[in-house]
Amino acid sequence: MSNRSQTLRPLGSWLEHHLPKVVLAPSFIAVLVFVYGFIGWTAWVSLTRSKLLPKYEIHGTIQYERLFAAPRWDVAMNNLFIFGGLFIVISMILGLILAILLDQNIRTEGAIRTIYLYPMALSMIVTGTAWKWILNPGLGIEATVRGWGFETFSFNWLVDPDMAIYTIVIAAIWQSSGFVMALFLAGLRSVDTEIIRAAQVDGIPTWRVYTAIIIPSMAPIFLSAFIVLSHLAVKSFDLVIALTGGGPGFASDLPATYMYAMAFSRGDIGQAASSAMVMMGVVFTIVVPYLYSELRAKND
Amino acid sequence: MTDMSLPQTRGRSRAGRIALRWLLYVILGLFALYYLMPLFVMVTTSLKSLEEIRTGDLMSLPRDVTFDAWATAWSGACTGIQCEGVRPFFWNSVLIAVPAVLLSTLIGALNGYVVAQWRFRGANLIFAAMLFGCFIPFQVVLLPMARLLGLMGIAGTIPGLIFVHVIYGLGFTTLFFRNYYVTIPSELTKAAKVDGAGFFRIFWSIFLPLSLPIIVVTIIWQFTQIWNDFLFGVSFSQAGTQPITVALNNIVNSTTGVKEYNVDMATAIIAALPTLLVYVVAGKYFIRGLTAGSVKG
Repeated sequence: MSNRSQTLRPLGSWLEHHLPKVVLAPSFIAVLVFVYGFIGWTAWVSLTRSKLLPKYEIHGTIQYERLFAAPRWDVAMNNLFIFGGLFIVISMILGLILAILLDQNIRTEGAIRTIYLYPMALSMIVTGTAWKWILNPGLGIEATVRGWGFETFSFNWLVDPDMAIYTIVIAAIWQSSGFVMALFLAGLRSVDTEIIRAAQVDGIPTWRVYTAIIIPSMAPIFLSAFIVLSHLAVKSFDLVIALTGGGPGFASDLPATYMYAMAFSRGDIGQAASSAMVMMGVVFTIVVPYLYSELRAKND
Repeated sequence: MTDMSLPQTRGRSRAGRIALRWLLYVILGLFALYYLMPLFVMVTTSLKSLEEIRTGDLMSLPRDVTFDAWATAWSGACTGIQCEGVRPFFWNSVLIAVPAVLLSTLIGALNGYVVAQWRFRGANLIFAAMLFGCFIPFQVVLLPMARLLGLMGIAGTIPGLIFVHVIYGLGFTTLFFRNYYVTIPSELTKAAKVDGAGFFRIFWSIFLPLSLPIIVVTIIWQFTQIWNDFLFGVSFSQAGTQPITVALNNIVNSTTGVKEYNVDMATAIIAALPTLLVYVVAGKYFIRGLTAGSVKG
């Protein structure tokens, strides 16, 4: 920019110079307000005695004390660990096995991959509706197996308070394992083929090549899959609502359904805010170290 | 795609190899059946009469195919007290998704362009702050957002839902475009600047024409997210503005009258059709979005 044009069109050139900032500013402000400001609001309200309406005088950690004393929250957190643990581990194992099987020069790979992955395009509500019907005690899979001649077969997990949470595991794995397979398959394809060739020349058996070379080199993919799946687990809400509604009673509640019940049907904003903050704490202990290392790795 | 099949020759007979190959295909086929089973059950159940459902078998094909359940699902099923089927809710979802997808994609493209090509001090920090927003559990913003929408006078309206989806979609759309534009040499921008092209001119004539793949990825990602959303839909809508996922859940869990499983399944398929269609037509881009959203590059 020459001096002359700057003096002639000071506003125009200021705008031209700062246009990138001006364009980014609304989004930045939106994120500041709607992400960080809102987290701050929720954090503040979680320290008050808010009930049906928010109040703003701080009363210390009373809501958190109530939360951790509530049997329903206890069930929800326990369920999160059961559900999250099983969902993550089984999805990863299944995804890895499928990826390795698909990596053997399968002629119909494209079609098979499409079939394995389509559940990921569905809404959790659709998935929940489908599995609710399949697992229906009486008309679902139970009737089918009885029809095969196993008259005493019984499968009523959906209405069994001790087992309801596992129906959510079943449906969630069905929905997400194909996606984990796709992640691992991409990882397998990015392993250096030279090393594999060399190992083969040396006469190392295929399974050893996988366990000793390929799988260890995919550590970053395992980490991403773990992050994505644990994130999905903590946020799981739709699937529970559609499949069990949190029931029987509140036997299959997760923190997300607890928070929603407190916010919108119980009118207990203080509890809703404090449970949301705990959920965020769980997500952050998993995600923040990961994001930090990612960003640092990129800057190096 | 690189070929890295592992030859399984050593120490195995030809017959053994063929048997192993067969076993492999059988296992893959069984898993395909497992993934397809729920879809199969949904479709067949939706084509059966209630009578057949009660007496028949979950896995059997319908004896008499009937589309009654589909007709009911589309225009007669009850969501609570209202019995108009899912048709109005399907259109609600369209009215929410289309503007929200377009707006968040457009803003994401501009943001990504700034962050990748017009780096200024603090731009990376802003990007990191936006990225962080992708990871929060939305429960933490539900309460204040409900209040804000009320204050703005758009609580329970479709514009309110569009607003929410645009705001919380920005992190991902910015990420997609930023990661795409970062691979375009900055010399291109510099040369265009020397030639006197301005910020928008460069975006419009250079970057946008190069962006078709990432636009497709972003639109598909956003459409799938917004169409399938339930949390925002159930929290911020009211009787007339609910998206289809909320209507589906209400139909399935309505306790009045006879339980019509065939109608439930038809409704579920209708709710799933748009995203399934996108997946079938543009699966490659869908997968790219999924992996870009998780493995950031």
